[in-house]
Amino acid sequence: MAHFNPGLLRRRKRNEVVLRGLGFSALALAALMLALLVGSLVSTGWQAFTQTHIRIEFPVSAERVKPDDIAKGNFRAAVQDAMQAALPGLPAPEARKLSAMLSNGAQFRLRDVVLADPALIGGSVALTVPVSDPYDQLNKGLIDRATPEANRRLKDAEIAAFDTLAAEGRVSRPLNWALLTNADSRFPELAGLRGALVGSFYALATCFLLAFPLGIGAAVYLEEFAPKNRLSDIIEININNLAAVPSVVFGLLALAVFLGWFGMPRSSPFVGGLTLALMTLPTIIIATRAALKAVPPSIREAALGIGASRQQVVFHHVLPLAMPGIMTGTIIGLAQALGETAPLLLIGMNAFLTASPATPFDASTALPTQIFLWADSPERGFASRTSAAILVLLTFLAAMNALAIFLRARFERKW
Amino acid sequence: MTLAAFLLLFLASLAGWVWNRRAAAALWRGGARLHSLPSYHGGTAALAVAVPGLALIFIWLSLQGAAIDWLVLASLPDAAMAGQDPGARALLQSEIASLARGQVFGTPEPWKLEAAARLTLLGQTSRALLLGAVALISVAAIFLARRRVAAAFRARQNVEHILLGLMIGCALVAIFTTIGIVASLAVESARFFSMVPMREFLFGTAWEPQIPIRADQVAGVGAFGWLPVILGTIVITVIAVGFAVPVGLFSAVYLNEFASPRLRAVAKPLLEMLAGIPTVVYGFFAVLTVAPALRSFAAGWGIDVAPNTALVAGGVMGIMLIPFIASFADDALSAVPRALRDGSLALGATRAETVTKVLIPAAIPGIAGGVLLAVSRAVGETMIVVMAAGLIARMTINPLDSVTTVTVQIVTLLIGDTSFDNPKTLAAFALGMMLFLVTLGINVLALRLVRKYREIYD
Repeated sequence: MAHFNPGLLRRRKRNEVVLRGLGFSALALAALMLALLVGSLVSTGWQAFTQTHIRIEFPVSAERVKPDDIAKGNFRAAVQDAMQAALPGLPAPEARKLSAMLSNGAQFRLRDVVLADPALIGGSVALTVPVSDPYDQLNKGLIDRATPEANRRLKDAEIAAFDTLAAEGRVSRPLNWALLTNADSRFPELAGLRGALVGSFYALATCFLLAFPLGIGAAVYLEEFAPKNRLSDIIEININNLAAVPSVVFGLLALAVFLGWFGMPRSSPFVGGLTLALMTLPTIIIATRAALKAVPPSIREAALGIGASRQQVVFHHVLPLAMPGIMTGTIIGLAQALGETAPLLLIGMNAFLTASPATPFDASTALPTQIFLWADSPERGFASRTSAAILVLLTFLAAMNALAIFLRARFERKW
Repeated sequence: MTLAAFLLLFLASLAGWVWNRRAAAALWRGGARLHSLPSYHGGTAALAVAVPGLALIFIWLSLQGAAIDWLVLASLPDAAMAGQDPGARALLQSEIASLARGQVFGTPEPWKLEAAARLTLLGQTSRALLLGAVALISVAAIFLARRRVAAAFRARQNVEHILLGLMIGCALVAIFTTIGIVASLAVESARFFSMVPMREFLFGTAWEPQIPIRADQVAGVGAFGWLPVILGTIVITVIAVGFAVPVGLFSAVYLNEFASPRLRAVAKPLLEMLAGIPTVVYGFFAVLTVAPALRSFAAGWGIDVAPNTALVAGGVMGIMLIPFIASFADDALSAVPRALRDGSLALGATRAETVTKVLIPAAIPGIAGGVLLAVSRAVGETMIVVMAAGLIARMTINPLDSVTTVTVQIVTLLIGDTSFDNPKTLAAFALGMMLFLVTLGINVLALRLVRKYREIYD
């Protein structure tokens, strides 16, 4: 009856190999994409973690800066004086023009130093200041000296001047702490993430303070106390659907209700946190319910058996045992909230602000909206800064997820 | 000041807790048989202070801004308000507010300065009144709660009732969120449809969301037909899901059936990492790496493509969806009962035949649910398309063309513009309404599929 067909068997075995190969290449493709993504971010972003600086002597003459009104002094001219003194080989007007090599912040830095120590007037002071973006790119090798002068952002004379200063040992490239400690700026060499970091912190804190108690309350009710009736069903379906509502719709809700109807302050991390809390709530509820379900019924029965009330059972025994699972779910929910961008754009957290917010009710950006802002900026220096900001964001996300994994491994009990 | 109100409330409920607890403990030491433990008597007082106090603060804060604005506007001289449209009124309000913050530019009219002073005064009065009201409520609640301390008082039941009520309140937040979404979208869309007929929106094939700046402007009239926008959304969604479904499904099959435990231990977290990357990062990746790569690749073939093609946006969105589909497919495949798999293998089927002829057909409802949820995510995904797709709505299905999506239009219409009185900004809410309805429909269907499928084998 049965016919042994070697061709058929070969074909079946070949199919097996084909499916295996397809599966493996699909996995490899996913891994390749991840590697490409991280690789392209690191390769463009690492440069932004250092910043070219120049050490230069600033003469502070009483002619430029009046001792009785220091703040109004002509520090711009003082910076030009410094360039003129540093490049004695060039005619004065050209050397003064090259003060564009120093960041626009140099004059303010000089002003602050002189304000702090008025005795400097009449003498001079040596400062290490950041160079402006094109020279930073030059020093990092991102501007090709071989391109024809007409197509290059820096002309031959400018490059020569920079090389002169570099040959004197004035140029250094320290770690770019300003990336974390400065607020945003129009000038890439001065732009930093402090405003965004503080804004994200306030927003996440608001989100946690609201979503964590609300989520636990809702989950405990639904899991432990809710009667099986229509209302409970509706709430349950509702939560599952809310978890899948597009984030931009939450932004519309916040814009119309929080900003429009209640008149809350626009662009504020508080409103951002409120919106993120509504989005995170379903995640926390679902995680909490799973953690409560994992606590074995024997615990509940034992507590009930020695006379605890139902709420005592939950609050004294079940909830503490479920806490590691709840914390894990909450941290993962907060990590998602940290990366959420669209709703924050709609409530205006993409404003250009050169100061970090003092309270959660001040206008601010957040990390992801800052990334969006920088990604849109035309200056070349912002491309690598965007990648660097993304690396900062991913570091925070990785740390949060690592904490969640640690909590799960350390405290979760298997029954 | 507001912080002081919260602090006061916290201290008052702490004080009430301690006082009641000690009173109950004293009763117990005096030999009375208490119905409830002293800490429940304390809890009664703490809740009696905190619940009405918090409710008062929240209601006060949500009404205070509007009330103060109304009072300030009402106090302005009639001459300043006569014939002003709402936009000019809002401008006047923000001018007064910035005066009140001390940002004086030029020499404003004296009545404006007066209004600014009144605004400051009203704000201070309101905050002081709030603090006073909270103090009053706290003291009253503490004394009322103290009077109830007695051996027979069922303090535990009392506390548990209130806690249960609070928990129900927490659960209802989810419902209120949905109601809030539907209400805000419906109200603003209704205003949009009162300016633009619904027929034009639903069946129009031109999307040019602009409004005339001057009344007599030529060619300034916008067109609000959403068909090109939804068509662009469909094109990008099809590309994304078309890329993600095979890759995600084959990954799941491989992980489930062929991979060694060691490979699984590496590959699963890898996919989770892909899922944890924020979408704004994918958007930047598309702009920074993928779009230039596609352009130079196409240029090698002599094709000139736009910098923001549907293919790039859809492809990168597909990468984002891979882990999503893989995890749903993995769950669905693992949920197929062992007996089916063993039976198929025992009959002499190869592993591949078991997968394609037994496991996948059995898991199809679960996989389909996952794919539908992925479709809904692709439709609602915002940042990737905002950064990588186009702004101009075209009736085209060419993946190498630049198209726009519903979410892109919502974001671009609302960035930097908040006046809710013109069809341009309100159009975003109409689009949001459609987006909400479409994704809700897909989600309900998907969740039903997944649940039904689980029931078959449970």
